[in-house]
Amino acid sequence: MTTPTRLQVESATIGYDKRVISRDLSVAIPDESFTVIVGPNACGKSTLLRGLSRLLRPSAGQVVLDGADINSFRTKEVARRVGLLPQTSIAPDGITVADLVARGRYPYHGFMRQWTADDERAVRNAMDAAAVTGLSSRLVDELSGGQRQRVWVAMALAQHTDILLLDEPTTFLDITHQIELLELFTDLNQAGRTLVAVLHDLNHAARFGTHLIAMKDGRIVAEGTPEKIVTAELVEEVFGLRCLVVADPVAGTPHVVPLGRDRSR
Amino acid sequence: MTVLAVRQDGPGTTTVPGPRRRLLGLVIALVVLVVLLVLSVMIGSTSIPPSVVWDALVHSSTGIDQVAVQDYRLPRTIVGLVVGVALGLSGALIQALTRNPLADPGILGVHAGASFAVTVAVGLLGVSDVQGYMWFAFAGALVVTLMVLALGSTRQGSSPVVMVLAGVCVGAVLGGAREALQLTDPDAFDAMRSWNAGSIGGRPLEVVWPILPFLAVALVLAFVVAGPLNAMALGDELAVSHGVSLARTRVLAIIALTLLAGGATAIAGPIAFVGLMVPHVARWIAGPHQRWIFAYSVLLAPGLLLVSDILGRVVLRPGEIPVGVVTAFVGAPVLIALVRRKKASGL
Repeated sequence: MTTPTRLQVESATIGYDKRVISRDLSVAIPDESFTVIVGPNACGKSTLLRGLSRLLRPSAGQVVLDGADINSFRTKEVARRVGLLPQTSIAPDGITVADLVARGRYPYHGFMRQWTADDERAVRNAMDAAAVTGLSSRLVDELSGGQRQRVWVAMALAQHTDILLLDEPTTFLDITHQIELLELFTDLNQAGRTLVAVLHDLNHAARFGTHLIAMKDGRIVAEGTPEKIVTAELVEEVFGLRCLVVADPVAGTPHVVPLGRDRSR
Repeated sequence: MTVLAVRQDGPGTTTVPGPRRRLLGLVIALVVLVVLLVLSVMIGSTSIPPSVVWDALVHSSTGIDQVAVQDYRLPRTIVGLVVGVALGLSGALIQALTRNPLADPGILGVHAGASFAVTVAVGLLGVSDVQGYMWFAFAGALVVTLMVLALGSTRQGSSPVVMVLAGVCVGAVLGGAREALQLTDPDAFDAMRSWNAGSIGGRPLEVVWPILPFLAVALVLAFVVAGPLNAMALGDELAVSHGVSLARTRVLAIIALTLLAGGATAIAGPIAFVGLMVPHVARWIAGPHQRWIFAYSVLLAPGLLLVSDILGRVVLRPGEIPVGVVTAFVGAPVLIALVRRKKASGL
């Protein structure tokens, strides 16, 4: 495979303390793709994302960013290239939307460096892109779940990284806000950003992702475009679910319809 | 983030404490502190006319009132200032570090360590004056905090929760050992009584000077870790992805808060509530920005301590109540009012 990649995992063993989740894992994130990692619970997809974002350090092998071991960079240097939207974040009580988004500029600040016009512009652009400019003086605590998630996305955008990792960004949102957010990700992707998301909903993954990575038991089972890899066989292999794959009537992407218990045809 | 203060317009100006209001508040806090410093020198258990106080401050006269001001009220005020700054900042640090608005430097075993070391010094080694046992207090605070830190660190790094639990356990053990020691020889520990209650009176300035360099180092460290602590307030994962080194930040913050709380305790004995309450007031005024919270804590804590001390001097005239007792009485209602009033003082 010769697709250009800035971020890849090379024969890495990743896990927590003594519990290994993935052994000898190798995978590359294609540049400018919207890569979605899918798989059943506990298949190691979040672990892979944590490895890519430097939250977990491989006990063997390495994660390579721009040709060098990600751990060889200064931490703030990595933070200027790879951003992360974690599953759970804490908004300090009493913080406003604008102030929270501004925290995304942390990697650009030293002890003495002051707030600059660059920072101001980055924050403003990020809030525009995530459509939260109108909320800028509101308290984050007072926002709805959907608005709050957009604010976190804006913060990640203010960090101004070419690569953005998203850990289950749509969980806990209603369907409208899920789709809104996924469309925002598509916009960001088309503007040139590389996105890597862990998503639970296979149909969302197939419809919005440009590149899928299917995982099971810490291994990569298949990777490629949704059209290529989302088949009834793969879904049964990865999720143990018997299903029918049809074309999404709107987007034409693969759409998974479970067969269920009593409908064995 | 001090950086926010520079923003004059745009999305940074908000309905919630904007940079200008924050700066104005800081100036007001400074003025109030200066007024309290003056009052602390003017007011005492005996009435001394302002002119005599002034005379005592500018000339080295030898009248009995002048001596009272020079040898007693002035040192007491300076001690109150130093101890207050240290307590307030250490409280703000521990609350930011543990993300727990109910944390206070005492939970890392600082008070327990200092008290135990002083008890050993007084009871077993026969040390009897403040200059003697303050080093024991300081050393005790540092050693016990390091111990708590070691106990609270697992292979995966240090977790604030484990650390706090370790602090509570070590504190309980040392507290028991201290009580046992004190029961064996009640008379010898009479001298410790005012130290144990927490008092800023009766301490010569010689007690303060040796502690000052430690406090200065801690002050600088606190403002260095303020930025990373801001990032850590958003959660550890986000902090790491922003390029914060969690371990380094925690270690520096703990060094700073231990020096501050240990130094304050060495000088004045365990004083409750100041380190717990002041950061709440600071957050209420400054919002969730650590540098501002630290700055406010530095100015507000000595204010609270001096008010409490002045009250302690006048309510039972000519007797006195140790400041550590008064801060609890003054602090508790204010803290309750604050936490009931608004969620914003949480973390």
